[in-house]
Amino acid sequence: MEEAIDIILLALMCVTVIAIVVMRNLMAVVALGGIFSLLAASVFVLLDAVDVAFTEAAVGAGISTMLFVATLALTTRIEKRPVHTPVLPLFVVIVTGAVLIYGSLDMAHFGDPNATAMQHVSPYYLENTKKDTGVPNVVTAILASYRGYDTLGEVTVIFTAGIGVILLLGSWRRGLTPPPPHSDPREGEEEA
Amino acid sequence: MKEYLILRIITKLLLPFILLFALYVQFHGDFGPGGGFQAGVIFAAGFILYAMVFGVQAAQRILPDGILRAGIAGGVLIYASVGVVSMLLGENYLNYSPLAQDSKEGQHLGIFLVELGVGITVASVMMTVFFTFSAWRED
Repeated sequence: MEEAIDIILLALMCVTVIAIVVMRNLMAVVALGGIFSLLAASVFVLLDAVDVAFTEAAVGAGISTMLFVATLALTTRIEKRPVHTPVLPLFVVIVTGAVLIYGSLDMAHFGDPNATAMQHVSPYYLENTKKDTGVPNVVTAILASYRGYDTLGEVTVIFTAGIGVILLLGSWRRGLTPPPPHSDPREGEEEA
Repeated sequence: MKEYLILRIITKLLLPFILLFALYVQFHGDFGPGGGFQAGVIFAAGFILYAMVFGVQAAQRILPDGILRAGIAGGVLIYASVGVVSMLLGENYLNYSPLAQDSKEGQHLGIFLVELGVGITVASVMMTVFFTFSAWRED
């Protein structure tokens, strides 16, 4: 039963990706991107990774879709026709995909108790989290306590991203530079 | 957006639940899935929904740029200073055990404060990005 759900979800993800590649209406592409994230979140739930699924649903399907819509309001809604032939990009994508699939052959099987990742620190965390921290959710204990440095680094990355947006586009710049021109897809031909 | 009556009413009805759910995810992360990162994103999404329906200016009257910028820096500051406090109490950086009498209590308090810092920074950054983008559009 679970395998059937897996296959259906992955097939739907493939269909979504093909639709994203074919579509030229960027608003539809953004909506499909959100759907793709939601399907990915469902797959993570099936893999028992609820925390990751939650993040994927909130960030991938939620806020990044909204930010893409806000970005589209600044640019155009229709993708321009590419000026190059798609042969070289297709070649790069196929080679990269083949390398990734070849690499995944070496990966441990799902749920394999003898996998390296299951032997090193994972048993320690699972055995000692309750004793050390008293927190029932092991994921939270690892992220916030055992791996506190990493999470501090992640927050600093988000902090830096926010500062970057303020510096590049913030309201203090509006007196200095004119806003980017709103280009119509038909007018923008000479730029392409 | 004065003419979209249904959208406005539904947004007003949903907003308290979205914000409440964000706070639930924030403070319940120890027990269920979730934590500061997800909570910050959901909180920001609630406000962005408000800004989309009622206008960015209405949303910025509640959360002006100054507060958001203080939030961006303040969250990281809370996180880092928890580590400094635990250092001053004679333990390693970001070891929360000495924050309370009992080591488990200390871990609980430390995780709570750290997740709060993460949530504040993430929510402020997400809202700042959205408000900044929309400000360009209104020019």
